[in-house]
Amino acid sequence: MDLSKEKKIAMYQDMLKIRLFEEKVFELYGQNIVPGTIHLYAGEEAVAVGVCTNLRKEDYIVSTHRGHGHCIAKGARLDKTMAEILGKKTGYCKGKGGSMHIADFSIGMLGATAVVGAGIPIATGAGLSIKLRGTDQVAACFFGDGASNQGTFHEGVNMAAIWKLPVLFICENNLYAMGTHQRRVMLVKHVMERAVAYGIPGVCVDGNNVLEVYEATLEACKRARNGDGPTLIECKTYRRKGHSRWDPATYRPKGEVDEWLNKDPIQRMKKHLIVDGVFSESKLIEIEEEVMNSIEEAVKFALDSPFPQPEEALEDVYA
Amino acid sequence: MNIPKITYRDALRQALIEEMRQDPTVFLLGEDIGRYWNGAFKVTAGLAEEFGEDRVRDTPISESAIIGAAVGAAITGMRPIAEIMFGDLTALAMDQIANQAAKIHYMFGGQAKVPLVIRTPFGGGVNIAAHHSQSLEAWFMHVPGLHVALPSTPYDAKGLLKTAIRSDNPVVFCEHKLLYSLEGLVPEEDYTIPFGVAEVKREGSDVTIVATMFMVNKSLQAAEILEKDGISVEVVDPRTLVPLDKTTIIDSVKKTGHLVIVSEDCKTGGVTAEIAAIIAEEAIDYLDAPIKRVAKPDTPIPFSPPLEKEIIPDKERIVDAVKQIRKRGS
Ligand SMILES: Cc1ncc(C[n+]2csc(CCOP(=O)(O)OP(=O)(O)O)c2C)c(N)n1
Ligand SMILES: [Mg+2]
Repeated sequence: MDLSKEKKIAMYQDMLKIRLFEEKVFELYGQNIVPGTIHLYAGEEAVAVGVCTNLRKEDYIVSTHRGHGHCIAKGARLDKTMAEILGKKTGYCKGKGGSMHIADFSIGMLGATAVVGAGIPIATGAGLSIKLRGTDQVAACFFGDGASNQGTFHEGVNMAAIWKLPVLFICENNLYAMGTHQRRVMLVKHVMERAVAYGIPGVCVDGNNVLEVYEATLEACKRARNGDGPTLIECKTYRRKGHSRWDPATYRPKGEVDEWLNKDPIQRMKKHLIVDGVFSESKLIEIEEEVMNSIEEAVKFALDSPFPQPEEALEDVYA
Repeated sequence: MNIPKITYRDALRQALIEEMRQDPTVFLLGEDIGRYWNGAFKVTAGLAEEFGEDRVRDTPISESAIIGAAVGAAITGMRPIAEIMFGDLTALAMDQIANQAAKIHYMFGGQAKVPLVIRTPFGGGVNIAAHHSQSLEAWFMHVPGLHVALPSTPYDAKGLLKTAIRSDNPVVFCEHKLLYSLEGLVPEEDYTIPFGVAEVKREGSDVTIVATMFMVNKSLQAAEILEKDGISVEVVDPRTLVPLDKTTIIDSVKKTGHLVIVSEDCKTGGVTAEIAAIIAEEAIDYLDAPIKRVAKPDTPIPFSPPLEKEIIPDKERIVDAVKQIRKRGS
């Protein structure tokens, strides 16, 4: 793999950005500053970053209820993302969407849907539009193991397959849908196996290894941009915390949790960079400080921003 | 005898337990309703332990197949109770609900019955935005063949759910997120509340408020405030939208001559629209002022707290509505 040093640094930095951002959101939630609920991406950073490193600004992504990481990896601004999570007027959706519905159409981030599985056919549609417009863009669709049991998965993937649409179906398999372990709701071991049913390639990667995710996506992007159609990429990963903020996740056995926490994607990339001689420890500390500062600034921006005026609730219903 | 005070959530659970104990054909299916999560709002806590996972089935995230499978089981001798985790997500199962469950009895000339209950929570107020906050009960009123129940108290929740489970028709059983922790007196013994029987939750003589679900509470609070201003308010809770107890509503309007209808769903084509139309058609002569509706404006539900607060009806708006029609005609 001919990954430049700069690209590797950027990937590490983006993963760290997501992790520290999510830790901040968790902290603010505990202080009652974040309304509603939150689903953190911490632990799964390598998936969004590995995928989005292959995407250009004009490429699309479709996101989920667990979407903060997707936004950041695609290049969304931290301040407007944080402001949206806090329900502020300066947020990406003027406070109308919140944590579960962030979107930044200016960078091809077509939005997070909280209806599990609903994004899959939408990504197919973005792929159809690309094909009809004749560009070489791609659309990447993130969805969970749980979402792959929705009818929309079957319909959306099949349609993208028959029309050879430039779509990357990225299954973030974190083993659970809320408290439901994958093995209780599907008999195949890997979601990837389902690709056979649609006649498209399916691959399974270590979703906590950003380089593996990157490589698989690189291949899928090539195929898509070449007009060869979609790929199903399953990334095995794990959420560091519960499903949502108040879920203690006691349904996960301790041994399993420990095993996965030991496979932390950021620590692994860090080790790789040091062993590879890309980085010195001190350079890494520098990066960490830089990232931390950008998050502090984003928090300050969000906290200082006003809430929308009540009457704004009535705006934007129609274009 | 001492009647225990329990929550709406516990009252629903009591109904489920009592019916499951006495009828082996009753079973539950839904996402995360079993021992690992106990249901998103904890209504089914402990049920998998008592009845086993055959009768308290965790499903994949497949709303259309949850309802479809429930329909298939219902027409072949079982009495399924399907839980859809959020009311908004009934949209995913709409074909199975509206075209299949609702029509099977009629379309097949009465050969089959569909004894199915779909339990689902509606309502806003907890800042979970456009996909988890809607009140869609009016969708189901529009489909002949479905019954629609929507309890506002723990007592009604238990009695109506037991009726729903014993019914041979598909019932959309609407719950409300903000009611689950509400407490009320609920007898431990078996009782049912028939469908199509409204309850006057508070008697009054000047203005009738017809309200459903969480809006019953807000209307009762508004009535307290209005009483201090010398306005006597009667609050009527239909408890089921289909069948609808027109008689109780019309009798109340005959007495007061003023009608305010309060519901959390959208105003256009909604619960308030239907009730207003019925009164306009059948009881307009008894009205001393135009009907007033307090409903959610026709927008999706926004996330940000000040925005959401702006569109969900509250007691202040109910008080205003009552005062406005009192000014118009008295
Ligand atoms: C259609 C639908 N059904 C149920 C829910 C409630 N819900 C929200 S997230 C979730 C689990 C999703 O699991 P998965 O797709 O694996 O994503 P993960 O949360 O693990 O990232 C469920 C059941 C929903 N939002 N939408
Ligand atoms: Mg999952």
